[in-house]
Amino acid sequence: MRFSGLKILTEGLKGNSGWGAHWRDPEPAQEYDIIIIGGGGHGLSTAYYLAKEHGLKNIAVLEKGHIGGGNIGRNTTIIRADYFLPGNSEFYSHSLKLWEGLEADLNYNVMHSQRGKISLFHSDGQRDAMIRRGNSMRNQGDDAELLSVKQLRKMLPYLDYEQGRFPIYGGLLQRRAGTARHDAVAWGYARGADQRGVDLIQNCEVTGIEISGGVVQGVQTSRGPIRAKKVGIVVAGRSSQLAAMAGMRLPIESHVLQAFVTEGVKPCIDHVVSFGMGHFYISQSDKGGLVFGGDLDMYASYAARGNLPMVEHVAEAGMTLMPMLGKARMLRSWGGIMDMTPDGSPIIDKTHIEGLFLNAGWCYGGFKAVPASGNCFAHLMATGKPHVAAQGFPMDRFRTGCGLIDEEGTGSQHNLH
Amino acid sequence: MRIECPLCGSRDRREFYYQGHATALDRPKPEATPEIWDDYLHNRENLAGITEDLWHHEHGCGAWLVVKRNTISHEILSVWLAKENGL
Repeated sequence: MRFSGLKILTEGLKGNSGWGAHWRDPEPAQEYDIIIIGGGGHGLSTAYYLAKEHGLKNIAVLEKGHIGGGNIGRNTTIIRADYFLPGNSEFYSHSLKLWEGLEADLNYNVMHSQRGKISLFHSDGQRDAMIRRGNSMRNQGDDAELLSVKQLRKMLPYLDYEQGRFPIYGGLLQRRAGTARHDAVAWGYARGADQRGVDLIQNCEVTGIEISGGVVQGVQTSRGPIRAKKVGIVVAGRSSQLAAMAGMRLPIESHVLQAFVTEGVKPCIDHVVSFGMGHFYISQSDKGGLVFGGDLDMYASYAARGNLPMVEHVAEAGMTLMPMLGKARMLRSWGGIMDMTPDGSPIIDKTHIEGLFLNAGWCYGGFKAVPASGNCFAHLMATGKPHVAAQGFPMDRFRTGCGLIDEEGTGSQHNLH
Repeated sequence: MRIECPLCGSRDRREFYYQGHATALDRPKPEATPEIWDDYLHNRENLAGITEDLWHHEHGCGAWLVVKRNTISHEILSVWLAKENGL
């Protein structure tokens, strides 16, 4: 399916009856050069960049459900490059630049909206830390502006500035940050990969990884065995299950993260607002729903739903920050399965098995990473060398203690991120 | 979610602090190899299914508990004091 202005015009006259499927639904072949396990955002973008930037043709993406049915279709859609530490900083900077060219690159409307993200602070110490973060972002080449309370009051008149517990001292604004339509990101990458000859095979669950003599040979699936020269595991919260098929134990615990959306209301929140002290952040979707979330429920879970204490905590934090929220009714909530690493930063690396690669550990921040994750993972799989923007994500940093990227500064230990 | 503390009875999940998999109780000897320590500290089976993990009854009796539960359904199957595992 290709798009053009003329096609949109003629379809508009024909009642939009002539649009076809955006990608093929092929039968799996017996063998591929590269298999990507996982048809989420990261897997699709990996396949796309393998085909586009490395000219590879014989690629399949194996998805156990349907394209766009996992975390890529269930997240709070925030895009930002406001990381502090080397390793993360250059990677998310790379990702933001890819986002900025993504719609033109894919010829697909992902509704990328650079509405700006504001991180609030509530004390002199936090202001100093935020200034330092802003400087780090600018050193990386990205944008950051410190906002005074006066400026903030103009931009965000609906916040409760004088709350007793966390009075608002100001905010750090990244204007290039924002949101995108998460489903469209999956669809755009899927269509782009399909157009370049990638087979997107849905309802195809990987049940085993074939290894012989320390070299990957292919995979067993619910639709039969498929041979491959290289295999990439890109399955987020299910990474440990796939790794176990290759006899590996990963430095990952899967946790549940909840997010919420209200009924549609008129435009009122123009930016992404992050209230770190309350573990709360919010933006408004183009449909009008207020999309917000908080912290992990903080225990290992694959239930894809959370518990009520965190619902209450998030609602309390939201009400503390913006009392107007109390009038909105919650429409739905969901819980995603997050692949948490000890230091809260991801892994893009080879494994000790030749031809088997791992892209995992995105914790609760995978959406904004989708373009760079795929771009860098494709580079690693195609060339055997890490991409310059993703050199900070090897798996053995936990073993050596060298190069840990502990953005929160809480320690490299499970349950702290 | 409620957890049945062997000392206090059924209590709200909010009274408990989650530590992680009960593998934490199997602490290697100090002279164990770095690989064994790395595996102990970082690597996890991370099972989708029935696991045993460590919870601290922080806002209760202060006991460390092993909770056997299903990570897919959140069902709690049994709870015992961690000291019964030799802590």
